Amino acid sequence: MRRAPLTLLAGAALTGVFALAALVSLLWTPFDVTAMNIGARLQAPNAQHWFGTDHFGRDVLSMIMVGARISIAVAVVAVGMGMVLGVPLGLLAAANRGGLLDEVIMRGNDLIFAFPALVIAILITAVFGPSAVNAIIAIGIFNTPVFARVARGGALSLWTLDYIRAAEVSGKGKLRISAEHILPNIANLLIVQGTIQFSLGILAEAALSYVGLGAQPPMPSWGRMLAEAQTMISFAPHLAILPGLAIVLTVLGLNLMGDGLRDSLDPKLRRAR
Amino acid sequence: MLRFALQRLFSLAISLVVASLVIFFVIEVIPGDPAAYMLGMNAQPETVAALRRELGLDAGPFARYLAWVGGMLVGDFGTSYTYRVPVSELVLARLGVSLPLTLYALLLSTAIAFPVGLIAAARRGSGLDAGIMGATQLGIAIPNFWFAMLLVLVFAISLQWFSAGGFPGWDKGFWINIKALTLPAVALALPQASILARVMRSAVIETLGQDYIRTARAKGLSQRQSVLRHALRNALIPVLTIIGLQFSFLLAGAIIIENVFFLPGLGRLIFQAITQRDLIVVESVVMLLVFAVILVTFLVDMAYAAADPRLRRRGA
Repeated sequence: MRRAPLTLLAGAALTGVFALAALVSLLWTPFDVTAMNIGARLQAPNAQHWFGTDHFGRDVLSMIMVGARISIAVAVVAVGMGMVLGVPLGLLAAANRGGLLDEVIMRGNDLIFAFPALVIAILITAVFGPSAVNAIIAIGIFNTPVFARVARGGALSLWTLDYIRAAEVSGKGKLRISAEHILPNIANLLIVQGTIQFSLGILAEAALSYVGLGAQPPMPSWGRMLAEAQTMISFAPHLAILPGLAIVLTVLGLNLMGDGLRDSLDPKLRRAR
Repeated sequence: MLRFALQRLFSLAISLVVASLVIFFVIEVIPGDPAAYMLGMNAQPETVAALRRELGLDAGPFARYLAWVGGMLVGDFGTSYTYRVPVSELVLARLGVSLPLTLYALLLSTAIAFPVGLIAAARRGSGLDAGIMGATQLGIAIPNFWFAMLLVLVFAISLQWFSAGGFPGWDKGFWINIKALTLPAVALALPQASILARVMRSAVIETLGQDYIRTARAKGLSQRQSVLRHALRNALIPVLTIIGLQFSFLLAGAIIIENVFFLPGLGRLIFQAITQRDLIVVESVVMLLVFAVILVTFLVDMAYAAADPRLRRRGA
């Protein structure tokens, strides 16, 4: 048994802090995030408001906690969507490797790669209007070919192994082999990729809500807090600095966790890189 | 090489056709009646009818698609509904900001990442390497638009070395505009440079383990010489791929960062078009962005076929 790498622990701890903040915000925040208090507006961090207040007198710490909820929820659902759509496609392509279906799926993948997440979000928003759900869909579509590729790549190398051949000879169908033998063996790969897409999802959600294509007011989100802070940056820099730090630390935590997971789940992966 | 190029050109064309179909479907078919959607709920029926005529919506979707694509092929992207000028004119003016910004950032990112990645690889395991890896780990986690705001805070507001935003226009001279694009380009470039430096490092480390490097060392080349003469060139293939991918990230990033610096680029155009429901502009700009990404992918494929003859024979 290898010891859990330091990066894994550090990453999990960082991510854990923000996940916990998001969970706690469901039950309690220091202040009500929708309560405006003009008398207490634009305060720098102090004993009462640890992270200060914004131009409406709302408590920044409370907003960051609720923002964590949005960021994490959007990224998690988008990763889930990418996995649910992408993994079966990748498995299917690998099971029919070299065939027409494989070709069609992989070319479809290439096509989606030509649409950056932002462009997908622009397309969706232009027709359906901005919302957190549309941000999820945009990031989810963007995630799909990534998981399809990882699943296909992992599955391809397994299909050459003897025990898979044996299962084939004994009469199991391609789909059954994919589900029963291939999928459990590429789970490690998928978990590691999931962590990476999770952190990219947090960044993408922040960017989308920054340009107004994500969660809408009055729901606080990290990206929109930054957009609002922009005009006040010269006299209230804490409004711009703190939500940004929240994004950086969450993403950093997830990336470290991904690296650590890759190292501890499968030493072979480390060599493959 | 010619066969390979033709094959690639063919798949480039197919990708463009499919992408244009997808975009057309989302923008013009899903909303049902684009004219009614663009004008909003309170529009008079006569106004809607007039816009329908103007957009040629009475024709079927297929005929409209052909007209749209046919127009684009000769540089006619339609007329913006809100600005009342040809979309091609709008886009061309905005491209003059977004494209130089993207290329400037790509140049910076590459110029930073190459030496940094190379040094980290050559000094693998040293304190310097650990420091570089730590810094790039942080760089990857920083959203570029937030980094842009920090740059404004430090270099525009506190030190006042740069202006906090705006774009003078190319008719005002070259360097003044380059200066205006410098903070945005740095903000875009550093996160991407972090990724590129890591790719560069692992690619060089991988090639350093190859037999021909051992041969080079054995025949008397120094570590530095073997890295520069042999490892670098062979490490370029994965690095080129990432640079190609980065172009699309940088282009999308440029669109976002323009908001921080109030730059009159494609980003401002498209986000205004979304709020004003100017679907004609959205459709054309999205097609243009996707075209740019597909074209760069094609160019990267060609570049590494040129760099590595083995890739040409594989054909795929």
